[in-house]
Amino acid sequence: MSDKSVEDTLTGKPVPFRGGGFLPRPKKIVAPIVFIGLIAFWEWGCRTGFISPLILPAPSEAFEAFMNLVNTGLLWQHLAASLQRLLIGWFSGTMLGIIVGTLIGLFSIARSGLQPLVSAIFPIPKIALLPLFIIWFGIGEGSKVATILFGTFFPTVIATYGGIDNVDRGLIRMGQSFGLTRMSIIRKVILPGALPAILSGTRISAAIAIILLVAAEMIAAEYGIGAYILIAGSLMATDQLITGVAILSCLGLIFAWIIGRAEKYFLKWRA
Amino acid sequence: MDLNLRNITHRYDEVEVLRDINLDIKQGQIVCIIGPSGCGKSTLLRMIGGLERPASGEVLQLGDPPADCLNPLTYIFQDFALLPWRTVEGNISLVLENHPLDAAAREEIIADVLARTKLSDFRKAYPRQLSGGMKQRVAIARALSVRPAVLLMDEPLSALDSQTRELLMDDLVDLWEKENYTAAYVTHNLAEAVRLGHKIVVLSRRPGEIRDIVEIAMPLSDRTSENLELEAIQKRLWNLMRDEARAADMELVDER
Ligand SMILES: Nc1ncnc2c1ncn2[C@@H]1O[C@H](COP(=O)(O)OP(=O)(O)OP(=O)(O)O)[C@@H](O)[C@H]1O
Ligand SMILES: [Mg+2]
Repeated sequence: MSDKSVEDTLTGKPVPFRGGGFLPRPKKIVAPIVFIGLIAFWEWGCRTGFISPLILPAPSEAFEAFMNLVNTGLLWQHLAASLQRLLIGWFSGTMLGIIVGTLIGLFSIARSGLQPLVSAIFPIPKIALLPLFIIWFGIGEGSKVATILFGTFFPTVIATYGGIDNVDRGLIRMGQSFGLTRMSIIRKVILPGALPAILSGTRISAAIAIILLVAAEMIAAEYGIGAYILIAGSLMATDQLITGVAILSCLGLIFAWIIGRAEKYFLKWRA
Repeated sequence: MDLNLRNITHRYDEVEVLRDINLDIKQGQIVCIIGPSGCGKSTLLRMIGGLERPASGEVLQLGDPPADCLNPLTYIFQDFALLPWRTVEGNISLVLENHPLDAAAREEIIADVLARTKLSDFRKAYPRQLSGGMKQRVAIARALSVRPAVLLMDEPLSALDSQTRELLMDDLVDLWEKENYTAAYVTHNLAEAVRLGHKIVVLSRRPGEIRDIVEIAMPLSDRTSENLELEAIQKRLWNLMRDEARAADMELVDER
């Protein structure tokens, strides 16, 4: 069925479209093209002398340094040392952060006592505290792990209690109205409700952990990506420096990917 | 089990919200509470269910709830209050998990309430996949699963479109025909009140006092639309409320 009177007037023009846009979507091929393009330009610049080797080594040189690492087997030693520090520090920092954040989110006393403390300590650059960490935790693994732990603890605390504060009060009241125990409400209503915020907190803390890795390995570390970068830096071996930085950046990408998977799995109830 | 509200008065800081409310909710009766915005209806309902304490006065439970009752005073909320991270069955099982039921008994209850609310096909769906009317049916199923003695409903249909509202209203009537539940039903909608209420309590604007209590003897099953008697009652209620509503409206505008 159609409206005859409208169909007969053929002189109209279409209404101009002015919607759409403002919805950036990731396009799969664009990112690799940008990456490859950039590196190709960089390589070309070095070969033609457009970029002086003193300023920046060519990607091929950095790759050579990388292959050298692989062939001598040093790569695995560095990676293992770093990953161990990263995972232990990040995991314990995150766990402690979630626990303390939950306490702040739930209890008035914890909130009044700890929240100002967290706000006061969070902005202190943990690198500045390195000497203290060495005195407290020794020159070995302890101080390195502690640096990463402290760094990841505070953002996790803030993300956790922020998430708990934002849980819909109506859901909590629903739980109470059905006579759920306090523990059930915390476990089944509050923590799942805070999970999106906690997970996005782990994204930030994973990045911070990698940033702090280099700082932590400033403390008398023989092996570790951070140590490798520091030694390369002090020898002005810029090709090795670039290699180390690229490895860190890859670590960051892998962590982000894993957290993304975890989000997909745990938050599948979201649209 | 009956409920008896005695001299309930409440204030938030300086604002008096409810004044001297006396009310009986008898077993098997649906009591509708109507009144202008902000007169304290939701507050009153929270007090009936024990979610808030009145400044003075008390809510008394007369007699014991039936033995198989898991949560005597059970709410159905305006915004459904479903956990978005649990499926339909998960949301229902949530309120059973604290009770000493084995898995089979729990499963039996869930299957039963889902069948009664015609939701059996949507067991595994998440709330975001459901329409508003279905979400509210899940909330009703959840409330039924704990075999309540009294249902407390705060504008349960207000978030729905008018067609869905009609359908759910019919569901509530059918359910009452079958089970004779007791309910306190807060609403803005006079048509809902005369359709569902055995007793309609009209509150004045804030501080809410009982202006009038209208009892309707007509059985729920006879209350079809375009019933002259009901229309007359609805008109009478509107006359009672109109001035209060207008005054309440002006008040809110002044305050801001
Ligand atoms: N927790 C609270 N603290 C302070 N004031 C409150 C609180 N809850 C409600 N009030 C106030 O008490 C009055 C009654 O609120 P209530 O929600 O009970 O009204 P209502 O009749 O349900 O209104 P509506 O029809 O809009 O749902 C309102 O003026 C509201 O602002
Ligand atoms: Mg209300």
